[in-house]
Amino acid sequence: MSIRPVTEDDLNGYVDDALTAERRAEVVSYLAAHPETAARIEAFRAERDMLRAALAPVAEEPLPPELDLQRMIEARARPSWRSHWRTAAAAVLLLAVGAGAGWMARGFQTPPAEGLQALGQEASASYAVFAPDRARPVEIRAEDRAQLAAWTSRRLGRPVAIPDLAAAGYRFMGGRVVATEHGPAALFMYDDDQGKRLVMLARPMQADAEAPMTPHAGHGVHGFSWSDDGLGYSLVGDDDPAALHPVADIARRQIRKQA
Amino acid sequence: MSADMASLITPVIPALRRYARALLRDRAAADDLVQDCLERAVGRWHQRREDGDARAWIFAILHNLAMTRLRRASARPQAVPIEEAGEGELAHAAPQEEQLHYQDALAALGHLPEEQRAVLLLVGVEDLSYAQAAKVLDIPVGTVMSRLSRARERLHDAMSDHARRESAHPHLRRVK
Repeated sequence: MSIRPVTEDDLNGYVDDALTAERRAEVVSYLAAHPETAARIEAFRAERDMLRAALAPVAEEPLPPELDLQRMIEARARPSWRSHWRTAAAAVLLLAVGAGAGWMARGFQTPPAEGLQALGQEASASYAVFAPDRARPVEIRAEDRAQLAAWTSRRLGRPVAIPDLAAAGYRFMGGRVVATEHGPAALFMYDDDQGKRLVMLARPMQADAEAPMTPHAGHGVHGFSWSDDGLGYSLVGDDDPAALHPVADIARRQIRKQA
Repeated sequence: MSADMASLITPVIPALRRYARALLRDRAAADDLVQDCLERAVGRWHQRREDGDARAWIFAILHNLAMTRLRRASARPQAVPIEEAGEGELAHAAPQEEQLHYQDALAALGHLPEEQRAVLLLVGVEDLSYAQAAKVLDIPVGTVMSRLSRARERLHDAMSDHARRESAHPHLRRVK
């Protein structure tokens, strides 16, 4: 049997221990006769081993709870009352928004909501859709804050401040532009150490261009909305309104300071 | 079915984290990516071919998510160059001397083009076969081989360059 010439693929196969015993023996005798190639191949092996050693500890780290597969599977099979409720609320709110905000505005008789009332509903709908999303709650994350600010300001046609709610124990997660019946709105999301999320929605206001802080509630979510100088803000969470109100105050204070 | 899913996916999670961390060099971003990958894997488990290779299938999901993310990151002018990003993210309790070599190896890895980095990691670190790597990267096996070859040459050059610089300026790396 004539020996096939040794190829680069064979040499890589040798590095990766992917050769048959027979071929491996042929490569070994080739390398014995070609010390320069042998040195290069030994270096490849050593570098491969060094990468493996450098990265090995990552696989040894304890898994964070977010990567607990069992939990993920259970969450899908049996949604907790909370996520179940949120899904239902999202569906209801989407329906309501899609149907022209009619259902949510019940009790106010016609006409469709305007001003702060509409803003509060839009914020609640956004909260119901995006806050329960574990995989991709925001489009642009907190570390790209400048990019998010540029994007939202461009789409809203005016600068939009992103409040920092760290003083209230909420971290900024990021945000996105969302659709409302009154055009594009900026959505910013926050969470606390328990994973509790807040959504802030901001958009230009035709009606209620200047309005004091006003609470709203419905479907288990609470919110506080206000507007300054033609820009409306609504902060929504599923928390007790008494706990949410001071957070909204912090946000408004900051936004006014930056304006 | 879900017992089967858990028993096939769970053992791969540490390797998924390692691959994501090596590509992104950012612990939080990498774990987010793995979480996203696992959620997709659980959601799409029924679409997987019964006789298919679960390991390659999950790595393919993760790889595609990682590439999307890296492409998005590289489209941003303010993105931090990978060799400067998160030096501490991959650090661990190795002896200091070795740790420096590890950092050199990872820095050299960071200089490779993404496609070469991916193949080097999948084959060299994650122990995927050439056929599995081809499946993950959605390229022919021959392309895996040629990329692997180029990746090794390039990593070797980067590490030899580094070693040469070190011996020219040994004081730069004095340990104590």
